[in-house]
Amino acid sequence: MTELNDLKLKVLELLKEDARRTPTLLATLLGVAEQDVCTAIKELEDQHVIVKYAAVVNWDKVDDEKVTALIEVQITPERGRGFEGIAERIYLYPQVKSVYLMSGAYDLLVEVEGRNLREVANFVSEKLSPIDSVLSTKTNFTLKKYKQDGIIFEDHQEDNRLMISP
Amino acid sequence: MNIKPEALTDSNKAMSSYLSPLVREIPSSGIRKFFDLVGGNKDIITLGVGEPDFTTPWHMREACVYSLERGFTSYTSNAGTPELREAISEYLDEQFAVRYDPKSEIIVTVGGSEAIDLALRALIVPGDEILVPEPCYISYSPITSIGGGIPVGIETFAKDEFKLTAEALEAKITPKSKVLILCYPSNPTGATMTYEDWLPIAKVVEKHDLIVISDEIYAELNYGEKHVSFAAVPGMMDRTILVSGFSKAFAMTGWRIGYTCGHPDLIAAMLKIHQYTVMCAPSMGQVAALEGLRNGLGEKDRMVEAYNQRRRLMVEGFREIGLECHEPRGAFYVFPSIQSTGLSSDEFAQRLLAEAKVAAVPGNVFGLGGEGYLRCSYATSVSQLTEALDRIGQFVEKVKKEG
Repeated sequence: MTELNDLKLKVLELLKEDARRTPTLLATLLGVAEQDVCTAIKELEDQHVIVKYAAVVNWDKVDDEKVTALIEVQITPERGRGFEGIAERIYLYPQVKSVYLMSGAYDLLVEVEGRNLREVANFVSEKLSPIDSVLSTKTNFTLKKYKQDGIIFEDHQEDNRLMISP
Repeated sequence: MNIKPEALTDSNKAMSSYLSPLVREIPSSGIRKFFDLVGGNKDIITLGVGEPDFTTPWHMREACVYSLERGFTSYTSNAGTPELREAISEYLDEQFAVRYDPKSEIIVTVGGSEAIDLALRALIVPGDEILVPEPCYISYSPITSIGGGIPVGIETFAKDEFKLTAEALEAKITPKSKVLILCYPSNPTGATMTYEDWLPIAKVVEKHDLIVISDEIYAELNYGEKHVSFAAVPGMMDRTILVSGFSKAFAMTGWRIGYTCGHPDLIAAMLKIHQYTVMCAPSMGQVAALEGLRNGLGEKDRMVEAYNQRRRLMVEGFREIGLECHEPRGAFYVFPSIQSTGLSSDEFAQRLLAEAKVAAVPGNVFGLGGEGYLRCSYATSVSQLTEALDRIGQFVEKVKKEG
Protein backbone atom coordinates (compact mmCIF):
# COMPACT_ATOMS: atom_id res chain seq x y z
CA MET A 1 0.00 0.00 0.00
CA THR A 2 1.41 3.41 -0.96
CA GLU A 3 1.54 6.01 1.77
CA LEU A 4 0.55 9.39 0.41
CA ASN A 5 1.42 12.81 1.72
CA ASP A 6 -1.17 15.53 2.26
CA LEU A 7 -0.52 17.26 -1.07
CA LYS A 8 -0.99 14.05 -3.05
CA LEU A 9 -4.26 13.30 -1.26
CA LYS A 10 -5.55 16.79 -2.04
CA VAL A 11 -4.47 16.51 -5.67
CA LEU A 12 -6.32 13.19 -5.90
CA GLU A 13 -9.49 14.67 -4.42
CA LEU A 14 -9.43 17.63 -6.82
CA LEU A 15 -8.76 15.44 -9.85
CA LYS A 16 -11.48 13.01 -8.78
CA GLU A 17 -13.90 15.95 -8.88
CA ASP A 18 -12.69 17.04 -12.30
CA ALA A 19 -9.83 15.31 -14.08
CA ARG A 20 -9.47 18.13 -16.59
CA ARG A 21 -8.07 20.53 -14.00
CA THR A 22 -4.64 21.68 -15.05
CA PRO A 23 -1.57 21.63 -12.78
CA THR A 24 -1.66 25.44 -12.86
CA LEU A 25 -5.21 25.51 -11.53
CA LEU A 26 -4.50 22.80 -8.95
CA ALA A 27 -1.46 24.73 -7.73
CA THR A 28 -3.56 27.89 -7.34
CA LEU A 29 -6.36 26.09 -5.52
CA LEU A 30 -3.95 24.44 -3.13
CA GLY A 31 -1.62 27.40 -2.69
CA VAL A 32 1.53 25.47 -3.69
CA ALA A 33 4.07 25.65 -6.52
CA GLU A 34 2.98 24.24 -9.86
CA GLN A 35 6.14 22.13 -10.01
CA ASP A 36 5.13 20.40 -6.77
CA VAL A 37 1.76 19.51 -8.26
CA CYS A 38 3.39 18.16 -11.44
CA THR A 39 5.77 16.05 -9.36
CA ALA A 40 2.90 14.74 -7.23
CA ILE A 41 0.84 13.81 -10.29
CA LYS A 42 3.81 12.12 -11.98
CA GLU A 43 4.52 10.04 -8.88
CA LEU A 44 0.85 9.12 -8.49
CA GLU A 45 0.79 7.97 -12.10
CA ASP A 46 4.06 6.04 -11.74
CA GLN A 47 2.76 4.34 -8.60
CA HIS A 48 -0.46 3.45 -10.40
CA VAL A 49 -2.47 5.32 -7.81
CA ILE A 50 -3.88 7.33 -10.68
CA VAL A 51 -4.66 4.53 -13.10
CA LYS A 52 -6.44 6.42 -15.85
CA TYR A 53 -8.27 9.68 -16.60
CA ALA A 54 -11.77 8.86 -17.82
CA ALA A 55 -15.14 10.59 -18.14
CA VAL A 56 -18.10 9.42 -16.07
CA VAL A 57 -20.77 8.89 -18.73
CA ASN A 58 -24.49 8.65 -18.26
CA TRP A 59 -25.18 6.22 -21.09
CA ASP A 60 -28.92 6.51 -20.49
CA LYS A 61 -28.69 9.92 -22.18
CA VAL A 62 -27.08 8.47 -25.29
CA ASP A 63 -29.01 6.80 -28.04
CA ASP A 64 -26.71 3.80 -27.95
CA GLU A 65 -28.41 0.87 -26.24
CA LYS A 66 -26.33 -0.82 -23.60
CA VAL A 67 -27.29 -3.42 -21.05
CA THR A 68 -25.41 -3.85 -17.83
CA ALA A 69 -25.64 -6.81 -15.48
CA LEU A 70 -24.17 -7.42 -12.07
CA ILE A 71 -23.47 -11.13 -11.81
CA GLU A 72 -22.99 -12.82 -8.45
CA VAL A 73 -20.58 -15.70 -8.95
CA GLN A 74 -19.82 -18.52 -6.54
CA ILE A 75 -16.54 -20.29 -7.19
CA THR A 76 -14.23 -22.89 -5.73
CA PRO A 77 -10.90 -21.24 -5.02
CA GLU A 78 -7.79 -22.82 -6.55
CA ARG A 79 -5.11 -24.36 -4.37
CA GLY A 80 -2.22 -21.96 -4.00
CA ARG A 81 -3.83 -19.10 -5.94
CA GLY A 82 -7.14 -18.69 -4.17
CA PHE A 83 -9.44 -16.52 -6.23
CA GLU A 84 -6.75 -14.69 -8.22
CA GLY A 85 -6.48 -17.02 -11.21
CA ILE A 86 -10.23 -17.28 -11.75
CA ALA A 87 -10.70 -13.55 -11.29
CA GLU A 88 -8.07 -13.00 -13.96
CA ARG A 89 -9.74 -15.42 -16.36
CA ILE A 90 -12.93 -13.47 -15.93
CA TYR A 91 -11.66 -9.87 -15.98
CA LEU A 92 -9.69 -10.38 -19.18
CA TYR A 93 -12.94 -10.63 -21.18
CA PRO A 94 -13.52 -7.19 -22.76
CA GLN A 95 -17.24 -7.23 -21.93
CA VAL A 96 -16.39 -7.48 -18.21
CA LYS A 97 -16.25 -3.94 -16.83
CA SER A 98 -15.39 -4.68 -13.24
CA VAL A 99 -14.75 -7.59 -10.92
CA TYR A 100 -14.85 -7.45 -7.13
CA LEU A 101 -14.02 -10.16 -4.60
CA MET A 102 -16.84 -10.05 -2.07
CA SER A 103 -17.53 -11.27 1.40
CA GLY A 104 -20.93 -12.81 2.01
CA ALA A 105 -23.18 -15.11 0.01
CA TYR A 106 -21.09 -15.18 -3.16
CA ASP A 107 -17.45 -14.71 -4.08
CA LEU A 108 -17.14 -12.47 -7.12
CA LEU A 109 -19.31 -9.63 -8.32
CA VAL A 110 -18.83 -9.27 -12.07
CA GLU A 111 -20.13 -6.27 -13.99
CA VAL A 112 -20.81 -7.18 -17.60
CA GLU A 113 -21.84 -4.84 -20.37
CA GLY A 114 -23.48 -5.87 -23.64
CA ARG A 115 -25.53 -4.37 -26.45
CA ASN A 116 -28.63 -6.33 -25.44
CA LEU A 117 -29.95 -8.97 -23.03
CA ARG A 118 -29.09 -11.80 -25.38
CA GLU A 119 -25.46 -10.75 -25.58
CA VAL A 120 -25.10 -10.68 -21.80
CA ALA A 121 -26.99 -13.96 -21.46
CA ASN A 122 -24.70 -15.57 -24.02
CA PHE A 123 -21.65 -14.38 -22.16
CA VAL A 124 -22.92 -15.90 -18.93
CA SER A 125 -23.92 -19.21 -20.45
CA GLU A 126 -21.04 -19.64 -22.88
CA LYS A 127 -18.09 -18.04 -21.12
CA LEU A 128 -18.67 -17.54 -17.43
CA SER A 129 -20.65 -20.58 -16.30
CA PRO A 130 -18.51 -23.18 -18.09
CA ILE A 131 -15.37 -22.16 -16.16
CA ASP A 132 -14.52 -25.25 -14.09
CA SER A 133 -14.33 -23.48 -10.74
CA VAL A 134 -17.58 -21.60 -11.18
CA LEU A 135 -20.27 -23.20 -9.03
CA SER A 136 -23.16 -20.86 -9.75
CA THR A 137 -24.09 -17.51 -11.23
CA LYS A 138 -26.95 -15.16 -10.49
CA THR A 139 -27.49 -12.43 -13.06
CA ASN A 140 -29.01 -9.08 -12.02
CA PHE A 141 -29.70 -6.62 -14.83
CA THR A 142 -29.44 -2.98 -13.89
CA LEU A 143 -32.52 -1.00 -14.83
CA LYS A 144 -31.30 2.50 -14.14
CA LYS A 145 -28.15 4.06 -12.77
CA TYR A 146 -28.78 6.87 -10.28
CA LYS A 147 -25.34 7.52 -8.90
CA GLN A 148 -21.83 6.45 -9.85
CA ASP A 149 -18.53 7.37 -8.24
CA GLY A 150 -20.29 9.89 -6.04
CA ILE A 151 -21.90 11.61 -9.01
CA ILE A 152 -25.68 11.81 -9.10
CA PHE A 153 -26.79 11.43 -12.73
CA GLU A 154 -30.21 13.02 -12.58
CA ASP A 155 -29.33 15.88 -10.29
CA HIS A 156 -32.28 18.23 -10.35
CA GLN A 157 -30.90 20.52 -7.68
CA GLU A 158 -30.77 23.89 -9.36
CA ASP A 159 -29.09 26.89 -7.87
CA ASN A 160 -32.10 28.58 -6.35
CA ARG A 161 -30.18 31.29 -4.58
CA LEU A 162 -30.99 34.90 -5.26
CA MET A 163 -28.57 36.38 -7.77
CA ILE A 164 -27.59 39.11 -5.33
CA SER A 165 -27.93 38.91 -1.56
CA PRO A 166 -26.47 40.61 1.50
CA MET B 1 -63.27 48.07 -10.20
CA ASN B 2 -61.95 51.02 -12.12
CA ILE B 3 -59.28 52.88 -10.19
CA LYS B 4 -57.68 55.81 -11.92
CA PRO B 5 -53.86 55.82 -11.70
CA GLU B 6 -53.98 59.29 -10.15
CA ALA B 7 -56.29 58.10 -7.43
CA LEU B 8 -53.93 55.20 -6.66
CA THR B 9 -50.97 57.55 -6.40
CA ASP B 10 -52.85 59.85 -4.07
CA SER B 11 -53.84 56.88 -1.99
CA ASN B 12 -50.23 55.67 -1.75
CA LYS B 13 -49.04 59.08 -0.71
CA ALA B 14 -51.63 59.17 1.98
CA MET B 15 -50.68 55.72 3.26
CA SER B 16 -46.97 56.51 3.42
CA SER B 17 -47.74 59.42 5.70
CA TYR B 18 -48.76 56.88 8.36
CA LEU B 19 -45.28 55.41 8.44
CA SER B 20 -42.91 56.01 11.30
CA PRO B 21 -40.38 58.64 10.28
CA LEU B 22 -37.70 56.25 11.57
CA VAL B 23 -38.69 53.77 8.89
CA ARG B 24 -39.54 56.27 6.18
CA GLU B 25 -36.16 57.93 6.38
CA ILE B 26 -34.17 54.73 6.02
CA PRO B 27 -32.76 54.63 2.49
CA SER B 28 -33.43 51.44 0.55
CA SER B 29 -30.50 49.09 0.38
CA GLY B 30 -27.95 49.54 -2.41
CA ILE B 31 -27.93 45.77 -2.71
CA ARG B 32 -31.66 45.86 -3.33
CA LYS B 33 -31.21 48.34 -6.15
CA PHE B 34 -28.57 46.15 -7.74
CA PHE B 35 -30.70 43.08 -7.21
CA ASP B 36 -33.41 44.72 -9.33
CA LEU B 37 -30.88 45.36 -12.10
CA VAL B 38 -29.79 41.74 -12.16
CA GLY B 39 -33.34 40.43 -12.14
CA GLY B 40 -33.80 36.74 -12.74
CA ASN B 41 -31.38 36.52 -15.64
CA LYS B 42 -29.93 33.01 -15.55
CA ASP B 43 -27.22 33.67 -18.16
CA ILE B 44 -25.31 35.75 -15.68
CA ILE B 45 -22.46 34.38 -13.61
CA THR B 46 -23.17 35.70 -10.17
CA LEU B 47 -20.55 36.54 -7.60
CA GLY B 48 -23.22 38.46 -5.75
CA VAL B 49 -24.57 35.85 -3.39
CA GLY B 50 -23.87 36.03 0.31
CA GLU B 51 -24.62 32.42 1.03
CA PRO B 52 -23.02 29.01 0.54
CA ASP B 53 -23.50 27.19 -2.75
CA PHE B 54 -23.64 23.93 -0.83
CA THR B 55 -26.99 22.48 0.11
CA THR B 56 -27.55 21.71 3.78
CA PRO B 57 -25.93 18.27 4.29
CA TRP B 58 -28.44 15.49 3.72
CA HIS B 59 -28.28 13.98 7.21
CA MET B 60 -29.38 17.34 8.64
CA ARG B 61 -32.25 17.65 6.19
CA GLU B 62 -33.18 14.06 6.93
CA ALA B 63 -33.17 14.68 10.68
CA CYS B 64 -35.66 17.47 10.05
CA VAL B 65 -37.85 15.26 7.87
CA TYR B 66 -37.91 12.52 10.52
CA SER B 67 -38.79 15.04 13.20
CA LEU B 68 -41.74 16.21 11.11
CA GLU B 69 -42.85 12.61 10.64
CA ARG B 70 -42.78 12.16 14.39
CA GLY B 71 -44.96 15.23 14.73
CA PHE B 72 -42.35 17.53 16.21
CA THR B 73 -44.15 20.67 15.09
CA SER B 74 -44.88 22.58 18.31
CA TYR B 75 -43.36 25.65 19.86
CA THR B 76 -40.11 25.01 21.63
CA SER B 77 -39.16 26.86 24.79
CA ASN B 78 -38.59 30.51 24.02
CA ALA B 79 -34.83 30.31 24.23
CA GLY B 80 -34.69 27.18 22.05
CA THR B 81 -34.62 23.48 22.83
CA PRO B 82 -32.44 22.63 25.84
CA GLU B 83 -30.56 20.06 23.72
CA LEU B 84 -29.60 22.60 21.08
CA ARG B 85 -28.55 25.22 23.63
CA GLU B 86 -26.46 22.60 25.42
CA ALA B 87 -24.84 21.59 22.10
CA ILE B 88 -24.16 25.24 21.18
CA SER B 89 -22.58 25.79 24.57
CA GLU B 90 -20.25 22.81 24.16
CA TYR B 91 -19.45 23.72 20.56
CA LEU B 92 -18.46 27.30 21.41
CA ASP B 93 -16.34 26.07 24.29
CA GLU B 94 -14.53 23.52 22.14
CA GLN B 95 -14.10 25.67 19.05
CA PHE B 96 -13.55 29.15 20.42
CA ALA B 97 -12.89 28.72 24.15
CA VAL B 98 -15.93 30.71 25.25
CA ARG B 99 -18.22 29.03 27.76
CA TYR B 100 -21.86 30.05 28.13
CA ASP B 101 -24.47 28.57 30.44
CA PRO B 102 -27.10 26.99 28.17
CA LYS B 103 -29.82 27.73 30.72
CA SER B 104 -29.36 31.47 31.10
CA GLU B 105 -26.85 32.76 28.59
CA ILE B 106 -27.99 31.48 25.18
CA ILE B 107 -31.03 32.19 22.98
CA VAL B 108 -31.66 30.35 19.72
CA THR B 109 -32.87 33.02 17.30
CA VAL B 110 -34.40 33.38 13.87
CA GLY B 111 -31.03 33.73 12.16
CA GLY B 112 -28.21 35.93 13.28
CA SER B 113 -30.18 38.92 11.99
CA GLU B 114 -32.81 38.60 14.70
CA ALA B 115 -30.08 38.31 17.31
CA ILE B 116 -28.57 41.62 16.19
CA ASP B 117 -31.99 43.24 16.24
CA LEU B 118 -32.69 41.90 19.74
CA ALA B 119 -29.37 43.12 21.05
CA LEU B 120 -29.79 46.61 19.62
CA ARG B 121 -33.39 46.94 20.75
CA ALA B 122 -32.47 45.77 24.23
CA LEU B 123 -29.66 48.30 24.49
CA ILE B 124 -30.56 51.46 22.60
CA VAL B 125 -31.95 54.47 24.33
CA PRO B 126 -32.92 56.94 21.59
CA GLY B 127 -29.96 59.15 20.84
CA ASP B 128 -27.32 56.55 21.73
CA GLU B 129 -24.47 56.33 19.26
CA ILE B 130 -23.69 52.91 17.84
CA LEU B 131 -20.21 52.49 16.42
CA VAL B 132 -19.88 50.42 13.26
CA PRO B 133 -16.59 49.69 11.49
CA GLU B 134 -17.19 49.96 7.75
CA PRO B 135 -17.34 48.61 5.08
CA CYS B 136 -19.72 46.23 6.81
CA TYR B 137 -22.79 44.07 6.47
CA ILE B 138 -25.56 46.33 5.23
CA SER B 139 -28.06 45.86 8.07
CA TYR B 140 -26.29 47.26 11.12
CA SER B 141 -26.91 50.93 10.46
CA PRO B 142 -30.59 50.62 9.42
CA ILE B 143 -31.44 48.40 12.41
CA THR B 144 -29.71 50.90 14.66
CA SER B 145 -31.77 53.73 13.16
CA ILE B 146 -35.02 51.81 13.50
CA GLY B 147 -34.20 51.36 17.17
CA GLY B 148 -33.71 55.11 17.57
CA GLY B 149 -29.93 54.93 17.74
CA ILE B 150 -27.46 56.90 15.71
CA PRO B 151 -25.10 54.80 13.61
CA VAL B 152 -21.55 56.12 13.53
CA GLY B 153 -19.34 54.61 10.85
CA ILE B 154 -15.64 54.01 11.43
CA GLU B 155 -13.82 53.76 8.13
CA THR B 156 -11.34 50.92 7.73
CA PHE B 157 -8.76 50.69 4.97
CA ALA B 158 -7.15 48.15 2.67
CA LYS B 159 -3.70 49.24 3.90
CA ASP B 160 -4.73 47.93 7.35
CA GLU B 161 -6.28 44.82 5.77
CA PHE B 162 -9.64 46.39 6.71
CA LYS B 163 -8.97 45.70 10.39
CA LEU B 164 -10.40 48.02 13.02
CA THR B 165 -7.69 49.95 14.84
CA ALA B 166 -7.89 51.30 18.38
CA GLU B 167 -6.99 54.80 17.12
CA ALA B 168 -9.81 54.86 14.59
CA LEU B 169 -12.26 53.60 17.22
CA GLU B 170 -11.13 56.09 19.85
CA ALA B 171 -11.43 58.96 17.37
CA LYS B 172 -15.14 58.33 16.90
CA ILE B 173 -16.09 57.93 20.54
CA THR B 174 -18.24 60.61 22.15
CA PRO B 175 -20.12 60.70 25.48
CA LYS B 176 -23.11 59.27 23.58
CA SER B 177 -21.22 56.19 22.35
CA LYS B 178 -22.72 53.06 23.81
CA VAL B 179 -22.36 50.04 21.55
CA LEU B 180 -19.70 48.81 19.16
CA ILE B 181 -20.80 46.34 16.49
CA LEU B 182 -18.06 44.04 15.26
CA CYS B 183 -18.22 41.63 12.36
CA TYR B 184 -15.05 39.59 11.92
CA PRO B 185 -14.48 37.66 9.70
CA SER B 186 -16.02 40.47 7.72
CA ASN B 187 -18.70 40.65 5.14
CA PRO B 188 -17.74 42.20 2.67
CA THR B 189 -13.95 42.46 3.07
CA GLY B 190 -13.05 39.03 4.45
CA ALA B 191 -10.92 40.76 7.09
CA THR B 192 -10.17 38.92 10.32
CA MET B 193 -8.78 40.00 13.67
CA THR B 194 -6.12 38.18 15.67
CA TYR B 195 -5.83 38.02 19.44
CA GLU B 196 -3.12 40.70 19.24
CA ASP B 197 -5.39 42.87 17.09
CA TRP B 198 -8.15 42.60 19.68
CA LEU B 199 -6.14 43.60 22.76
CA PRO B 200 -5.93 47.36 22.04
CA ILE B 201 -9.59 47.39 20.93
CA ALA B 202 -10.56 45.75 24.22
CA LYS B 203 -8.71 48.47 26.13
CA VAL B 204 -10.71 51.18 24.37
CA VAL B 205 -13.95 49.27 24.92
CA GLU B 206 -13.22 49.02 28.64
CA LYS B 207 -12.02 52.60 28.95
CA HIS B 208 -15.21 53.97 27.42
CA ASP B 209 -17.50 51.38 28.97
CA LEU B 210 -18.89 50.15 25.65
CA ILE B 211 -21.04 47.11 25.06
CA VAL B 212 -19.94 45.03 22.06
CA ILE B 213 -22.19 43.14 19.69
CA SER B 214 -19.84 40.69 18.04
CA ASP B 215 -21.33 39.18 14.89
CA GLU B 216 -19.28 36.03 14.38
CA ILE B 217 -21.46 34.35 11.79
CA TYR B 218 -18.38 33.66 9.62
CA ALA B 219 -16.22 32.43 12.52
CA GLU B 220 -15.75 28.96 11.08
CA LEU B 221 -14.81 30.28 7.64
CA ASN B 222 -11.32 31.29 8.64
CA TYR B 223 -8.23 30.51 6.57
CA GLY B 224 -5.40 31.94 8.59
CA GLU B 225 -5.04 31.79 12.34
CA LYS B 226 -7.97 30.22 14.11
CA HIS B 227 -10.82 32.62 14.78
CA VAL B 228 -10.60 34.47 18.08
CA SER B 229 -13.95 35.46 19.51
CA PHE B 230 -13.99 38.96 20.96
CA ALA B 231 -15.71 37.43 24.00
CA ALA B 232 -12.59 35.32 24.60
CA VAL B 233 -10.43 38.40 25.14
CA PRO B 234 -9.79 38.83 28.89
CA GLY B 235 -12.38 41.08 30.50
CA MET B 236 -14.65 41.17 27.44
CA MET B 237 -16.98 38.22 28.09
CA ASP B 238 -19.47 40.16 30.21
CA ARG B 239 -19.64 43.17 27.91
CA THR B 240 -19.92 41.17 24.68
CA ILE B 241 -23.08 39.89 23.07
CA LEU B 242 -21.92 37.13 20.75
CA VAL B 243 -24.05 36.57 17.66
CA SER B 244 -23.66 33.58 15.39
CA GLY B 245 -25.67 30.92 13.61
CA PHE B 246 -25.78 28.00 11.27
CA SER B 247 -26.34 29.79 7.96
CA LYS B 248 -22.81 30.06 6.68
CA ALA B 249 -20.74 27.22 8.13
CA PHE B 250 -23.50 24.63 7.96
CA ALA B 251 -25.08 25.88 4.70
CA MET B 252 -28.42 26.56 6.40
CA THR B 253 -29.33 30.07 5.25
CA GLY B 254 -32.99 29.39 4.55
CA TRP B 255 -33.61 27.66 7.86
CA ARG B 256 -33.08 30.87 9.82
CA ILE B 257 -31.42 29.39 12.86
CA GLY B 258 -29.01 31.64 14.71
CA TYR B 259 -28.06 32.15 18.31
CA THR B 260 -26.86 34.79 20.68
CA CYS B 261 -24.93 34.47 23.91
CA GLY B 262 -24.05 36.91 26.64
CA HIS B 263 -24.36 38.03 30.22
CA PRO B 264 -27.55 36.61 31.81
CA ASP B 265 -28.97 40.11 32.43
CA LEU B 266 -28.60 41.08 28.78
CA ILE B 267 -29.86 37.73 27.53
CA ALA B 268 -32.90 37.98 29.83
CA ALA B 269 -33.75 41.37 28.34
CA MET B 270 -33.30 40.10 24.81
CA LEU B 271 -35.41 37.06 25.60
CA LYS B 272 -38.30 39.32 26.57
CA ILE B 273 -38.32 40.89 23.11
CA HIS B 274 -37.77 37.52 21.44
CA GLN B 275 -40.72 35.88 23.23
CA TYR B 276 -43.08 38.74 22.44
CA THR B 277 -42.11 38.90 18.76
CA VAL B 278 -41.27 35.44 17.43
CA MET B 279 -41.93 33.11 20.43
CA CYS B 280 -39.20 30.76 19.36
CA ALA B 281 -37.07 29.84 16.37
CA PRO B 282 -38.62 27.26 14.02
CA SER B 283 -38.66 23.90 15.77
CA MET B 284 -37.73 21.85 12.71
CA GLY B 285 -34.74 24.05 12.00
CA GLN B 286 -33.54 23.54 15.55
CA VAL B 287 -33.60 19.78 14.97
CA ALA B 288 -31.45 20.12 11.84
CA ALA B 289 -29.03 22.46 13.60
CA LEU B 290 -28.64 20.03 16.50
CA GLU B 291 -27.89 17.22 14.05
CA GLY B 292 -25.28 19.49 12.43
CA LEU B 293 -23.49 20.07 15.72
CA ARG B 294 -23.64 16.42 16.69
CA ASN B 295 -22.69 14.80 13.40
CA GLY B 296 -21.93 17.46 10.80
CA LEU B 297 -18.56 18.90 11.76
CA GLY B 298 -16.71 16.85 9.14
CA GLU B 299 -18.87 18.19 6.34
CA LYS B 300 -18.39 21.69 7.67
CA ASP B 301 -14.63 21.23 7.47
CA ARG B 302 -14.86 19.94 3.89
CA MET B 303 -16.86 23.00 2.86
CA VAL B 304 -14.32 25.30 4.51
CA GLU B 305 -11.51 23.57 2.62
CA ALA B 306 -13.37 24.09 -0.68
CA TYR B 307 -13.87 27.80 0.12
CA ASN B 308 -10.19 28.14 0.91
CA GLN B 309 -9.23 26.72 -2.48
CA ARG B 310 -11.56 29.10 -4.27
CA ARG B 311 -10.27 32.02 -2.20
CA ARG B 312 -6.76 31.41 -3.51
CA LEU B 313 -8.11 31.21 -7.06
CA MET B 314 -9.92 34.55 -6.73
CA VAL B 315 -7.10 36.49 -5.09
CA GLU B 316 -4.57 35.27 -7.63
CA GLY B 317 -7.07 35.82 -10.45
CA PHE B 318 -7.74 39.44 -9.55
CA ARG B 319 -4.05 40.18 -9.09
CA GLU B 320 -3.31 38.70 -12.51
CA ILE B 321 -6.02 40.90 -13.99
CA GLY B 322 -4.14 43.84 -12.52
CA LEU B 323 -6.58 44.77 -9.78
CA GLU B 324 -5.25 45.24 -6.27
CA CYS B 325 -6.74 42.66 -3.96
CA HIS B 326 -5.91 42.35 -0.29
CA GLU B 327 -5.88 38.77 0.95
CA PRO B 328 -9.09 38.01 2.81
CA ARG B 329 -8.55 35.53 5.63
CA GLY B 330 -12.18 34.80 6.39
CA ALA B 331 -15.79 34.60 5.11
CA PHE B 332 -16.25 33.87 1.39
CA TYR B 333 -15.69 37.23 -0.24
CA VAL B 334 -12.86 38.97 -2.00
CA PHE B 335 -12.91 42.74 -2.09
CA PRO B 336 -10.69 43.87 -4.97
CA SER B 337 -10.01 47.53 -5.66
CA ILE B 338 -11.30 48.74 -9.01
CA GLN B 339 -9.85 52.24 -8.56
CA SER B 340 -7.21 51.69 -11.26
CA THR B 341 -9.99 51.48 -13.86
CA GLY B 342 -11.15 55.02 -13.13
CA LEU B 343 -14.73 53.83 -12.68
CA SER B 344 -16.80 54.21 -9.57
CA SER B 345 -18.02 51.05 -7.82
CA ASP B 346 -21.51 51.55 -9.17
CA GLU B 347 -20.34 52.21 -12.73
CA PHE B 348 -17.98 49.25 -12.67
CA ALA B 349 -20.60 46.85 -11.31
CA GLN B 350 -23.30 48.02 -13.69
CA ARG B 351 -21.06 47.85 -16.76
CA LEU B 352 -19.63 44.50 -15.68
CA LEU B 353 -23.16 43.18 -15.51
CA ALA B 354 -24.26 44.65 -18.83
CA GLU B 355 -21.08 44.02 -20.84
CA ALA B 356 -19.55 40.90 -19.27
CA LYS B 357 -22.62 39.26 -17.72
CA VAL B 358 -20.99 38.99 -14.31
CA ALA B 359 -22.89 40.16 -11.24
CA ALA B 360 -20.93 41.45 -8.24
CA VAL B 361 -21.89 43.96 -5.57
CA PRO B 362 -20.52 47.52 -5.70
CA GLY B 363 -18.46 48.21 -2.59
CA ASN B 364 -20.07 51.54 -1.80
CA VAL B 365 -23.25 49.84 -0.57
CA PHE B 366 -21.29 48.61 2.45
CA GLY B 367 -20.64 52.07 3.80
CA LEU B 368 -17.53 54.15 4.43
CA GLY B 369 -14.42 52.89 2.69
CA GLY B 370 -16.35 50.72 0.25
CA GLU B 371 -16.24 53.08 -2.72
CA GLY B 372 -13.67 51.94 -5.26
CA TYR B 373 -14.14 48.27 -4.39
CA LEU B 374 -16.25 45.36 -5.54
CA ARG B 375 -17.56 42.51 -3.39
CA CYS B 376 -17.20 39.16 -5.10
CA SER B 377 -18.46 36.04 -3.40
CA TYR B 378 -16.61 32.84 -4.17
CA ALA B 379 -19.43 30.65 -2.91
CA THR B 380 -19.81 29.13 -6.34
CA SER B 381 -18.08 26.41 -8.36
CA VAL B 382 -14.46 26.58 -9.48
CA SER B 383 -15.53 26.41 -13.13
CA GLN B 384 -17.91 29.37 -12.67
CA LEU B 385 -15.23 31.35 -10.85
CA THR B 386 -12.70 30.65 -13.58
CA GLU B 387 -15.14 31.80 -16.24
CA ALA B 388 -16.04 34.91 -14.21
CA LEU B 389 -12.37 35.83 -13.82
CA ASP B 390 -11.87 35.45 -17.58
CA ARG B 391 -14.78 37.76 -18.27
CA ILE B 392 -13.71 40.31 -15.66
CA GLY B 393 -10.18 40.28 -17.11
CA GLN B 394 -11.45 41.03 -20.61
CA PHE B 395 -13.76 43.73 -19.26
CA VAL B 396 -10.99 45.46 -17.31
CA GLU B 397 -8.74 45.37 -20.35
CA LYS B 398 -11.46 47.00 -22.41
CA VAL B 399 -12.11 49.69 -19.79
CA LYS B 400 -8.41 50.48 -19.50
CA LYS B 401 -8.11 50.83 -23.29
CA GLU B 402 -10.94 53.35 -23.24
CA GLY B 403 -8.60 55.31 -21.00
